[in-house]
Amino acid sequence: MSADLVIDARDLEKSYGSGSSRFDALKGVSLQIAAGETVAIVGKSGSGKSTLMHLLALLDEPDEGTVQVAGKEAKALSRREINELRNKEFGFVFQQFFLTPNVSVLDNVILPLKIAGIRNKQRRVRGMEVLNQLELADKADKKATTLSGGQKQRVVIGRALVNNPRVIFADEPTGNLDTATGAVVEDILFALNREQGITLVIVTHDEDLAARCDRQIYIRDGLIVPGGAIHSTDHTTDHVGSHTGAHNPTHAAAHTGAHSGTHNPSHAGAPTGAHAIIPASTTSVGDAS
Amino acid sequence: MRTQDLVATAISNTFRSKLRTTLTVLAIFVGAFTLTLTNAVGAGVSQYVDAQVGALGSPDVFIVAQASQAASADDGPVEYDPNGSAMVSSNQGPPGTTTQALTDADLETIGDTAGIESVDPVRSVQPDYIENSGSTQFEFSINATSAVTTADLTAGAQLDGGSTEPQLVLPDTFVSPLGFASAEDAVGASVTIGITDILGEKHTVDATVVGVSLESLLAAGAGANDALIAELADAQSGGIDTAVTSYGVAIAHFDDTLSAEQITALKADLATDGYTASTIEDQLGAVQTVITGIVGVLNAFAVIALIAAAFGIINTLLMSVQERTREIGLMKAMGMSGGKVYTLFSLEAIVIGFLGSAIGAGVAIGLGSILSNVLADGLLSGLPGLNILLFEPTSVAFVILLVMLIAFLSGTLPAQRAAKQNPIESLRYE
Ligand SMILES: Nc1ncnc2c1ncn2[C@@H]1O[C@H](COP(=O)(O)OP(=O)(O)O)[C@@H](O)[C@H]1O
Ligand SMILES: [Mg+2]
Repeated sequence: MSADLVIDARDLEKSYGSGSSRFDALKGVSLQIAAGETVAIVGKSGSGKSTLMHLLALLDEPDEGTVQVAGKEAKALSRREINELRNKEFGFVFQQFFLTPNVSVLDNVILPLKIAGIRNKQRRVRGMEVLNQLELADKADKKATTLSGGQKQRVVIGRALVNNPRVIFADEPTGNLDTATGAVVEDILFALNREQGITLVIVTHDEDLAARCDRQIYIRDGLIVPGGAIHSTDHTTDHVGSHTGAHNPTHAAAHTGAHSGTHNPSHAGAPTGAHAIIPASTTSVGDAS
Repeated sequence: MRTQDLVATAISNTFRSKLRTTLTVLAIFVGAFTLTLTNAVGAGVSQYVDAQVGALGSPDVFIVAQASQAASADDGPVEYDPNGSAMVSSNQGPPGTTTQALTDADLETIGDTAGIESVDPVRSVQPDYIENSGSTQFEFSINATSAVTTADLTAGAQLDGGSTEPQLVLPDTFVSPLGFASAEDAVGASVTIGITDILGEKHTVDATVVGVSLESLLAAGAGANDALIAELADAQSGGIDTAVTSYGVAIAHFDDTLSAEQITALKADLATDGYTASTIEDQLGAVQTVITGIVGVLNAFAVIALIAAAFGIINTLLMSVQERTREIGLMKAMGMSGGKVYTLFSLEAIVIGFLGSAIGAGVAIGLGSILSNVLADGLLSGLPGLNILLFEPTSVAFVILLVMLIAFLSGTLPAQRAAKQNPIESLRYE
């Protein structure tokens, strides 16, 4: 697999519960994300977006399928290596801020560095750098609770950014913000992508945000559906194409799990050819509906 | 996370929910406070007893008496033996208990026992009063075993057993009543002791004060050397030489190089001859056992308080884990290992334990020192030298460490729960 793929996930399946309460949240999803790409994972509530993101970010293990991060097979990594990988290579932004109250903005931002075991002085320097970048330097010593929603989300982005990650995973990053502040936060994220080449994986059900990404992955009932088909019942069309990711990293391919027999588990061992490839597109929201 | 960061984070987390932390710390405080105080009482009293033992005691001395023949109800009357059946009152058993007296023959037997170097009968004398050339006469008693003891002197010197001159060690409470300006002033003075003989006639004996001692709990009365005791005893007997000299107890010196086992063996030898021999330590051992018992009970109460506090810690930390689910999830998502999360919460427990115990011990020391001084001048002024609360650094440190250990153990359950937390579960929202 190409080395400049940051994430290469294949045939991911994940179910919750067991017996009669068993729920298949993901039913076979394959997805490749190249370095420097911005990818939106779009879908309705409960479609499995977060579950997919958690698997890609190695926060959870799939029941079936494999995830490779920067060419390394996640299953082969020890728990410690996975922790270290998440700590060094990934940044997280969630819908809720999860800022530690009664702790200064700076301390919130440098939490990943603290976890990494970086010395106090160094991490403060780096933290201030990030706060400067996000124009929050004057708030460094304020308690996180005293900030406005937009400022909090900027702190959260700062925290995701402070370890110079390769990928930032954002789960509904603007879900909690009003349109104006949401737009500011989006601008920051995309600027990071442009200026620092940080790969963005954004989970959202906001079509506008999705549209700003290089590529949209539409998820429905635990399966990737073709771009325009999110509201259509017909998602059995077999998109077969050549794998383009290796040649064009910024427009890498997504192998969707939208195989003909949707619920057919036999795809698990199927060769790459069985995956439909949706060429990287800038599909508009209008197309999707 | 670096260790110092873990510790710093744990400390700052502890202060996040101030009210809850304060209440938990209070619970521990009570236990630690009590435990520190009870330990101090134990230490204070033991130290006092040790000092008394020192004051009482030559370590190479047995107090020997006839083995008590407490006649049990079924035994019936014991036949009279004109040579050996004199009964004297015993200081073992309830008041009124008597024991068979030691005769000169007994003393010889004891003296001949291998390991015993010398044996002297204890002659108890009951003087009536003491006076200092025309001063008021004060009631007065002499400690019969003072010849073998080391007095806790405030001035002067110990008694000289070999001297033929009658010597006295005066309890310091007699110094000013007898008209001496100070303890030093009393040393060297000659005092008069009044005594009544068995025929009712009054005699006086002069003695020189060689030292002034602190009043002792376990050896009440003035100290007198052999010469003075002999003189008083002669006066008391009124010149009548009783046919059978008998003594309640005798003091036997043994070889002071004997080991503890050899001393025990020697006691057994004497026991087979029908004598009970006890060292001064043995006699005080009983006192100490009682004190240790009382302190033990008090400690048990303190430990119960600490166990109750431990549940407080568990509760507090469980609530904390519950409240900080998201934060824990986030830290784990950001690569913090379960082990570090466990350590963090354990450290929080330890910090709470340390706070409670350090404050508890500190306040106990502060209040205890004041109380100890007040008591020493008031209620316990009759026991000079007794520092009822003695705070030993090692035992205070032990209390703090013990509480921290209890806190750590209490933190295990919540910490485990936090460590096991699944980050996605914690970060899930709908
Ligand atoms: N831990 C879980 N236990 C049971 N069901 C779950 C669990 N997590 C997610 N699900 C279910 O899986 C489905 C997909 O969840 P999720 O990935 O969070 O969806 P989305 O982020 O697209 O809203 C939902 O129906 C949700 O109820
Ligand atoms: Mg979600």
